[in-house]
Amino acid sequence: MTDLELNSGKKVRIESVTMQGITKRFPGVLANDRVDFDVKASEVHALLGENGAGKSTLMKILYGLYHQDSGEIYINDELVKINSPTDAINLGIGMIHQHFMLVPTLTVTENVALGLPSSRGPLTDLDRVSKRILELADLYGLRIDPNAYIWQLSVGQQQRVEIIKALYRGADLLILDEPTAVLTPQEVDELFGIMRQMVNDGFGLIFISHKLHEVIEISHRVTVLRNGKKVGTRPTSEVDKSELAKWMVGHAIDFITTTDQIQCGEVRLKLENVSCESDRGAKGLKDINLELCSGEILGLAGVSGNGQRDLAEVIVGLRKVSSGKIFLEDEDITGADVDVLIKKMLSYIPEERMRDGMIKDFTVAENLILREHDQPKYSDNGFLKLKSIENHAKELIKLFQIKTPSHKTMAKSLSGGNIQKIVLARELSRKPRTIIAAQPTRGLDIGAAEYVREQLIIQRNNGTAVLLISEDLDEIFALSDRIAVIYEGKIMGILSREDATKEKIGLLMAGVLPAEQA
Amino acid sequence: MKSRLNAILDALLPLFATLAALLVGAIMLIILDVNPLVAYGALLNGAFGSSNALAETLVKATPLLLVGLGICIAYRGNVINIGGEGQMIVGAIVATWFGLRYTNMPGWLMITLAMMLGALAGAVWGGIPGVLKAYFNVNEILSTVMMNAIAVQLLNFVLTGPMIDPIQSEKASQIPQTARLEEAYRLPRLVPTRLHLGALIAVGLAILVYFLLWRTTLGYRIRSVGQNKFASRYAGIKVERYIIIALMLSGALAGLAGVTQVYGVNFRMITDGSTSGFTGRAGYNGIVAALFGSLHPIITIPASILFGALLVGANTMQRVTQVPSALITALNGLVVVFVVSSEIWRKKRQQKRLTIAIEDQEFDEFSNEIPGHSVEEAS
Repeated sequence: MTDLELNSGKKVRIESVTMQGITKRFPGVLANDRVDFDVKASEVHALLGENGAGKSTLMKILYGLYHQDSGEIYINDELVKINSPTDAINLGIGMIHQHFMLVPTLTVTENVALGLPSSRGPLTDLDRVSKRILELADLYGLRIDPNAYIWQLSVGQQQRVEIIKALYRGADLLILDEPTAVLTPQEVDELFGIMRQMVNDGFGLIFISHKLHEVIEISHRVTVLRNGKKVGTRPTSEVDKSELAKWMVGHAIDFITTTDQIQCGEVRLKLENVSCESDRGAKGLKDINLELCSGEILGLAGVSGNGQRDLAEVIVGLRKVSSGKIFLEDEDITGADVDVLIKKMLSYIPEERMRDGMIKDFTVAENLILREHDQPKYSDNGFLKLKSIENHAKELIKLFQIKTPSHKTMAKSLSGGNIQKIVLARELSRKPRTIIAAQPTRGLDIGAAEYVREQLIIQRNNGTAVLLISEDLDEIFALSDRIAVIYEGKIMGILSREDATKEKIGLLMAGVLPAEQA
Repeated sequence: MKSRLNAILDALLPLFATLAALLVGAIMLIILDVNPLVAYGALLNGAFGSSNALAETLVKATPLLLVGLGICIAYRGNVINIGGEGQMIVGAIVATWFGLRYTNMPGWLMITLAMMLGALAGAVWGGIPGVLKAYFNVNEILSTVMMNAIAVQLLNFVLTGPMIDPIQSEKASQIPQTARLEEAYRLPRLVPTRLHLGALIAVGLAILVYFLLWRTTLGYRIRSVGQNKFASRYAGIKVERYIIIALMLSGALAGLAGVTQVYGVNFRMITDGSTSGFTGRAGYNGIVAALFGSLHPIITIPASILFGALLVGANTMQRVTQVPSALITALNGLVVVFVVSSEIWRKKRQQKRLTIAIEDQEFDEFSNEIPGHSVEEAS
């Protein structure tokens, strides 16, 4: 047992949490349908499921953010009512959200103390908090400087602050919501180390993820949800990856990879010493040199926010370069307007599709011509050709299986996945010669993501040049012919797939060059 | 089913808001010791009671509709044009100057040219805030209101100086007004009332604006820029250009409204020193009419007529019941407040519905069907 003297006394330590028959209904949908779930002290229980399977709803109920329509929650076999996150925290339940809840301009100590009463009444007790943070950090290997400002910390370090926050508040059951999504492979290893240490000390951990290999590596038991229902709970040692995938989607999945070798064709896209300024807060690009050939997928790996977005925007004409040149099929396109590049059959799947890639209050049909509305196919002397726009929409709805009542439906009333499909359908169907795909599978569940990957491979096999920007290393490794790594706006290195290992790429992602690696 | 009910409710909302405003007005009438039923009866009679009354209503509705159509375009481009008053004034000044300067032209030619010039002047007056908004991020609400102030001073200047009626300039009274336009230049009357061709032109333009917004690439771009600037840039649309175009079109229609007031109703310009002396507040009331019409050019037609009726009927009501004219102003104000707030409420409700719908869908993505995928059973 750890000594949590600051917060102990008011509660007993959690030995087990049991959720029984949890049902939660939202207007028109059953998010959780009689779900049973339990977690014990000293174990990692993974909660697995696709987007919309009901994982988040179940955990939000446990953390007091939602209230179940029916079903009970027991802690140490005693019935409890959790009406708010405050209740949950008082009971010893902590949650590490996917998006951190930290104030960047405050120090680690100040963030931890935020919202808690001071032990000195009206005066601050930051020195005591700071001491306690060091104690906790020591116990679980959460190396952190209590006086560092949040903005100075890497994403992995910020996550540790979140964990410390929960521990400081006396949590002995932690819900980790997709904690590995923002980390480099090395940081993931460190996190797993911390988690193992905590489990040894008697913590219960709920690990939400959709990365199967991580679930298999870290968890003791795994529960799979599908469409709001529990599919089953099994000891992790008794299951394998393909079995879990089958549970998640309801049938077997082939994991797509490019296996065939393709000869790199002519150079489609070439960046020469490209630099650019970025928006406030993000890093720009510094002297980027990159060549993209026809018939290849060049994967761009990197931790989020290292210039991926700037790179994509510079290429498609949405951001000005401050120096350097960009060539598209041997033509200098530096500073060219977006509409000119569209006509050169450059397709762009933007990262924030909901904001940049579609218009919510336009119909599906209108969204499907967004980038080509002034092409002769869809307009004639400034007049829209409604009939051919409609036919185009109907065709793509069928081809890409966009689930919509009709082509006249407002895009905003479609589900997120189907909105993504509108963007993909539009960008992929125009027979592009070059594709910039930024996080094309983010937010999609396994089945839909595999479909998108398949589409990218088809494009590549047809001779299209594809730049795949992704934070999902598995995806990069599955699809890319070559892998480039971006770190703080610089290309750290470009490796052929044969040479690339996760370790090499991971170190490059962290900014460590091969010479330093040795 | 529920969504259809919501749609009907949304469409009828301005009507409910008007009724609610009239209800508050009734309380004010009772305080003034006037029977609200008598008062509102007079209002109805004054607006629709005779062919003359009806014609007056339509005459009042014409500038409201024209300004309102401009508001529809501006709103679709997500710019708010409060400058209808100023745009009407400059449109009218330029058209009147032209009509007085060039005599003995065929009537149809003069009317066509005057309308084009008036629209152009309105477009320039609307375009200036457009440029300021697009390139310097100057709030267009502020700049259009300021352009109104400039326009009214311009009006006062030209009517006391360069464009004053030569007869008046010789008199001691010096009433600030222009000379009358020649008979041939006046917009043809439709029936033996004051109803003029401008009303038909406005209805025709409503259809044209509808066509523009939903059937042309120009309208597509204006709506696109209005909905989402990021996605518009991504679509290769030059966002700044279409902000300016939206405000220019809006200004052109208001300018045209000014022209119809001179060529169809007054045949001269006269000022009492304020904007409303010439426009009759059509530059503001047109905004309300457009909101009334859910910012849809076709629905704005009946909305303008309804609002025109309210303006005309209120005058009759004042004569019959002898209520102070301040009450009429208050009543109009009440309608504006209620309609505008109901519109804000509707938007919030819509947002809420949307949020709920999106939350629902979080659980509905992709269900079990996986497209384009080989399905095989694991052994």
